[in-house]
Amino acid sequence: MNKITNNKAWFLVLPVFFIVAISAIIPLMTVVNYSVQDIFDPQTRFFVGTEWFEQVLGDSRLHDALIRQIIYTLSVLFIEIPMGIAVALTLPRKGWGVSASMVLLALPLLIPWNVVGTIWQIFGRADIGLGGYLINLMGIDYNYAQNPMDAWVTVLVMDVWHWTSLIVLLCYAGLRSIPDAYYQAAKIDGASRWAVFRFIQLPKMQSVLVIGVLLRFMDSFMIYTEPFVLTGGGPGNATTFLSQFLTRMAVGQFDLGPAAAFSLIYFLIILLVCWVFYTVVMNAGKQGEQ
Amino acid sequence: MQFQKRHIGLLLYILFLLLPIYWLFNMSIKTNTEILGAMTLFPDNPTLANYATILTDPAWYTGYINSMIYVGINVVISLVVALPAAYAFSRFNFTGDKHLFFWLLTNRMAPPAVFLLPFFQLYSSVGLFDTHIAVALAHCLFNVPLAVWILEGFMSGIPKEIDETAYVDGYSFPRFFATIFLPLIRSGIGVTAFFCFMFSWVELLLARTLTSVEAKPIAATMTRTVSASGLDWGVLAAAGVLTIVPGALVIWFVRNYIAKGFAMGRV
Repeated sequence: MNKITNNKAWFLVLPVFFIVAISAIIPLMTVVNYSVQDIFDPQTRFFVGTEWFEQVLGDSRLHDALIRQIIYTLSVLFIEIPMGIAVALTLPRKGWGVSASMVLLALPLLIPWNVVGTIWQIFGRADIGLGGYLINLMGIDYNYAQNPMDAWVTVLVMDVWHWTSLIVLLCYAGLRSIPDAYYQAAKIDGASRWAVFRFIQLPKMQSVLVIGVLLRFMDSFMIYTEPFVLTGGGPGNATTFLSQFLTRMAVGQFDLGPAAAFSLIYFLIILLVCWVFYTVVMNAGKQGEQ
Repeated sequence: MQFQKRHIGLLLYILFLLLPIYWLFNMSIKTNTEILGAMTLFPDNPTLANYATILTDPAWYTGYINSMIYVGINVVISLVVALPAAYAFSRFNFTGDKHLFFWLLTNRMAPPAVFLLPFFQLYSSVGLFDTHIAVALAHCLFNVPLAVWILEGFMSGIPKEIDETAYVDGYSFPRFFATIFLPLIRSGIGVTAFFCFMFSWVELLLARTLTSVEAKPIAATMTRTVSASGLDWGVLAAAGVLTIVPGALVIWFVRNYIAKGFAMGRV
């Protein structure tokens, strides 16, 4: 659709601009301000340049948290994306089953994040939770409050439980837009199930999958509330991801300078990864069309 | 709908989704002695005492009212400002439009943890700390860009000839927008409202930081009561179940639009 050039359209955008600017630019400037100053009290502050950035970048605890975060986010993506696609392929295309599955699938997405943590906190306990009880009944010594590996797996399973539905619903939206004629043509050609998936269904899901990967990347990279409720970042530091590390530094120890410097780095990492991913995928798409 | 082999996988997945929720519900209708006693799949003596505790104690139920109020305000603000902006993005080219759109989306990528302290100071300094409007405005940070994005997708699906015909017929812009255009994209508006509701309802970190007593959300009430009074598992579970109910009701209303809405109207 070719659009008209009209700068009066700015008047329609202004309310959005102001309301987001209040919530985005002023706090961001505050963060930038903190990141280059050493603040003792509102009257006493010194300009320290890049000192905080150097300190944060050299912090080995931060490196550990970053590596944990990257492993976690990659695990989330590698489990949830294929699983989401697989479940979407099994969804019924019409009938009463559609509405029923939609409602059931979307349910975890609308539970407040700390309640998600509470649900799994209860479910995973060996004494009062069904999940923890069954696992221990099978002879596996499972305790997410003491064993770092168990805690990590529990947080991961919780995330799969919580967010795979998002991928399912996205893919399902893509699948529904495929006309029946495509499937009939494939049938006439004698295409295998795999060929149908690879050449009809996957291309139609590409644009929604890009949205899905981006959303899951951002949100799992920012995850805070659910592990905070479930494990509090422990045992030890096994489930301390970046946001947890940051709030502990800013609110717990009140190291405003380093926390602000770290905030900016954190934000930039997310922006950079999203931008690179988006650009690469879009370029690959263009080359595919040529 | 005929039953096929592939539906087994789907049923297993749904079972996986529902089991933890069922367990929460199961605990909410048990007494604490039974919860801490033997493992039972069904409660021996179902009781509504835990729910009664929540629905009669103002410290509990005002949390629900507070959450509803700020979520409601947020949905209204987001829709009102996002509708004209989405129209501008879908219909016009203007200086800096692509940059502005990208900048809006970057706010969806900002970790809330980054903004905790600045938000606290900002809203304290203007006297909005511990009000519903503060939480509603803070949630606009990620809901307004999302609303613009989804609405823009839906609006781009409406042919531009409709606008042009209306102007030829002598409609002014506000009249055309309100009487012709909005009814055309009402499913898009519904889906957008659903998404704004969803992200505002589930968010806790900002909501908890910006409130203390007067506007405290239910989710924060849960965490605090638990740490203060030891662990009253039954009441905790009942409170959890009650936070799921509004979401479930909202899903039911938009069930036929969910799939399209999740694809941001872009399929």
